[in-house]
Amino acid sequence: MPITTAYETKIERISILDEKGNFDEKLGKGLIPDADLVKLYEAMVSCRQLDQVAFRLQRSGRMGTYPQNMGQEATSLGASYVLRKDDWMVTCYRENCGLFWRGVPKEAILLHWMGDERGNAMPKPHWVTPIYVPLGTQMLHAAGLTMAARYKGEDKIACTFFGDGASSEGDFHEACNFASNLKIPVVFVCQNNFWAISTPSKINSAAPTFAQRGISYGMPCIQCDGNDLFATVYTMKKSVEYARSTGLPCFVEMVTYRLGDHTTADDATRYRDKAEVDAWKNRDPIIRIRDYMKARKLWDDAKEAALMARVEEENAAAVARAEGIDAPHRADFFNSMYAETPQDLVMQRETMHTHSLGQDPSQLPLEAQERARHMDAEAAAAHAGH
Amino acid sequence: MANLNLVQAINLALIQEMEKNPDIVLLGEDIGVNGGVFRVTEGLQKRFGEKRVFDTPLAESGIIGLSIGLAMGGLHPVPEIQFEGFLGPAYDQICSHAARMRSRTRGAFTVPMTIRIPVGGGIHAPELHSDSPEAIYAHTPGLKVVMPSSPYDAKGLLVSALRDPDPVLYFEPKRIYRAFREEVPEDEYTLPIGKARTVCEGTDLTIVSWGASVVQCMQAIEKSSKSIELIDLRTIYPFDMDAVAESVKKTGRCVVVHEAPLTCGFGSEIAARIMEKCFLELEAPVQRVAGFDTTMPYYKLELDYLPDANRVARAIEDCLAY
Repeated sequence: MPITTAYETKIERISILDEKGNFDEKLGKGLIPDADLVKLYEAMVSCRQLDQVAFRLQRSGRMGTYPQNMGQEATSLGASYVLRKDDWMVTCYRENCGLFWRGVPKEAILLHWMGDERGNAMPKPHWVTPIYVPLGTQMLHAAGLTMAARYKGEDKIACTFFGDGASSEGDFHEACNFASNLKIPVVFVCQNNFWAISTPSKINSAAPTFAQRGISYGMPCIQCDGNDLFATVYTMKKSVEYARSTGLPCFVEMVTYRLGDHTTADDATRYRDKAEVDAWKNRDPIIRIRDYMKARKLWDDAKEAALMARVEEENAAAVARAEGIDAPHRADFFNSMYAETPQDLVMQRETMHTHSLGQDPSQLPLEAQERARHMDAEAAAAHAGH
Repeated sequence: MANLNLVQAINLALIQEMEKNPDIVLLGEDIGVNGGVFRVTEGLQKRFGEKRVFDTPLAESGIIGLSIGLAMGGLHPVPEIQFEGFLGPAYDQICSHAARMRSRTRGAFTVPMTIRIPVGGGIHAPELHSDSPEAIYAHTPGLKVVMPSSPYDAKGLLVSALRDPDPVLYFEPKRIYRAFREEVPEDEYTLPIGKARTVCEGTDLTIVSWGASVVQCMQAIEKSSKSIELIDLRTIYPFDMDAVAESVKKTGRCVVVHEAPLTCGFGSEIAARIMEKCFLELEAPVQRVAGFDTTMPYYKLELDYLPDANRVARAIEDCLAY
């Protein structure tokens, strides 16, 4: 028998507005109305400015470790713009721009990185999940959230974001397999930003694209220029429409670049060349849209200056709200463990400042109980002063 | 003799053992060019080459599973899991395979490997970067669990782990990675796995602790007017019950201190063993100072969660007042 071809495929790559300013009229015309384009641009600028503010907050000791989003604004924003407001967005930690577009308060994200769980108390109507810290775990949740919605008769889909590094985790492959086999409409978006801390994407996949990861799960796969907002919007429109109309998952690779360090705890100069970073700075998604809008007379320097002034003010207000929140009660971490706090935990909470653990205070001699009452009062006073 | 911090002591132990044993290989996320996120493996890839020190794809189950194969194939792998909070995906490989391989093959296959894991809180880190899961692995038969509390111990214990024929989880308390330095001999020495260290001697009360908490215990002892003996367990499993029992028989009172949550923390095991071995000598119930039975809070409240010198001091008072 002759050797035949068992399977053959190709992966399309979408680029509409490239870094040199070339615009593909066929794909791009009418894709984003001008009024929307201005708003989307403003959203990217605002997100970038907040990113820089957050970086400075960390450096001045006002925030803990923070992962900069710089350079990746067009990926999640494109998705957020296309998705229905009640579709789930299940993200990692470099999708601030898309989350803010949905209306997630900026102070929520800031609070998370300020070491405060209240930043995760996402308001339900935004249909977003809290920030996920371990890698590659959230995509299965996206599948579950969508399945639950379908079970209840809603036609929601989910869009889940993860990085090139996370696509090495076992959970990623399980999520793809589950979504395909159980027919769950999830748009898997791999943000290939080339670096997983110091691990280059070539260590995470020896294949030429990350998009083709989806092929083995029977999903339609596509790649786009993730620094081109027109391309991310176009690609997401196709993908969202596919997922919603067929009820099946699909796979998108957005090629972008992490312009900053992995987090403020990282120093990327240890492992990557400045020339590489500089080349990508020229492919910045914000510059590209600004130049395009200027060429089309939608934007000018006066508008830019006014925007920057507004953005600085808005973001300063968000920081003020995040920093102005009351200090959490010192026993706050006991209170959300269970719907009903078990009795043993209640005792730990009540004696946290006065006794060693597991010690029922009533067992102690009277003298020690008296000391405990005194310390309780001191702790309460200290907290009131705090 | 050099004055080293804990990071440098581990780095030195790795270098010296790798020079002696060509079968030691290091693998993990960001351990090569970047030298690990805590710089523990700094310079090792340059020194020993990419064949012996290599970055892997981001997959903890993969890192441990591959290491198990390397170990069964005759090497001594030293996988790094970047933070204890990322052990989750590797749990299956560690507990279902590494821990059981010798037993289920009656010794035909063994898994000599040293898993290095930064552990614990107190460094203002994000979520899942501050936990203390040592008891989970002490509860898994077939594993050895080590946690040094000083640079000197870190080197001696790591050398032992690197020569051990069984899988060792070597937890590195990140809170004291760079907190202090001490004299660490360049010359070869080992500290046996399974032997505790008496940090200071006393007659009124025994404190048993390990890892970064040992530092908090020292602070409490310095402030106390009583004569307190401090035992640093060094090894969570196998643990040195003889040393603990001998001390508690002398003092009649014991406080156990650890960062991990109270319930089923390793302090529970220590307390139970003391009850079995020292019942007639006990003057008071064993007291525990531990993390609470809650999720490790984000850093705004981590110092309210972690045992500190004040809580240890209160437990000492409670125990002595009994």
